[in-house]
Amino acid sequence: MSKNSTKPRSRKKILAVASAGGHWVQLRRISPAFDGCDVTYVTVEKSYKDQVGDADFRVVFDATRWNKFKLVVMLLQIAWIVLRVRPDVVISTGAAPGFFALRIGKLLGARTIWLDSIANIEVMSMSGQKIGPNATLWLTQWAHLAKEGGPEFKGSVL
Amino acid sequence: MIFVTVGHQMPFDRLVRAVDDWAAAHKRDDVFAQIGTTDYVPSHIEWSATIDPSEFQQRIRDADAVVAHAGMGTILTAFELGTPILVMPRRGALHETRNDHQVATAERFLEMGRLAVAMDENELPKMLDRVSDLTAGGAISSQASPELLQALAAFIHQTDQ
Repeated sequence: MSKNSTKPRSRKKILAVASAGGHWVQLRRISPAFDGCDVTYVTVEKSYKDQVGDADFRVVFDATRWNKFKLVVMLLQIAWIVLRVRPDVVISTGAAPGFFALRIGKLLGARTIWLDSIANIEVMSMSGQKIGPNATLWLTQWAHLAKEGGPEFKGSVL
Repeated sequence: MIFVTVGHQMPFDRLVRAVDDWAAAHKRDDVFAQIGTTDYVPSHIEWSATIDPSEFQQRIRDADAVVAHAGMGTILTAFELGTPILVMPRRGALHETRNDHQVATAERFLEMGRLAVAMDENELPKMLDRVSDLTAGGAISSQASPELLQALAAFIHQTDQ
């Protein structure tokens, strides 16, 4: 059965996730792609709030894969946010918070996008290699890293 | 003014020390460095362990040149604000970051003619001597490529099956 195309569809809910520094700058550079959607930003640095206007903004614990305790707290915080927001799409430029958000989002039926950092020129990031095959859309920012089965190349943040 | 930054994740004393020595040798009093949490204390330049993101942006905007690790946050911000940037990559073998991805970043963007590179602390002083000649390729837009934005928007608005 076909969908009723005249019925206005409610706005898409996007969960946009990045850790600090380069990951965040790259997420900001793709944010025009979220026009017309309700966006919740998740990062680890509270002062980034100034950069997202009126969008929903959440902060989680900063952790890398080297600190297991902080990682668990971050995982729980992200699980809570995903459960509350119930996004249609989860997108991340890396690293650890995005990895968790994509995993949990997918479990709850969201479509997911992993945009591997432009810093990964020779090989995909650790988190990218693990989460990529699990994402609905898996992208690299370097044409020479694209391959059959993913990741795909569809342009970069530059 | 020269703005030196190493990001907030890890210190990068090899870079900071080389800039400090260079500033001493050339009696430069126009260098400010964000150096991270480290035991090394520069003696010839102004410094701060960390700075907040708005000050970070402002310092890059105001600087004649940025001297930095090859971190994407700093590189992209310098491109956006049109400030010339000289990078020195962190090395995985020296435990300055997890692997040599910054070396690849520095080499690739050098090939593209978008920044200047000092591969190590021996090359850095020579590059700093010419820092006032550095040019930026002009400020880039604050957005990703139209191709990427369009691909992402198309995916986001794709009708659910």
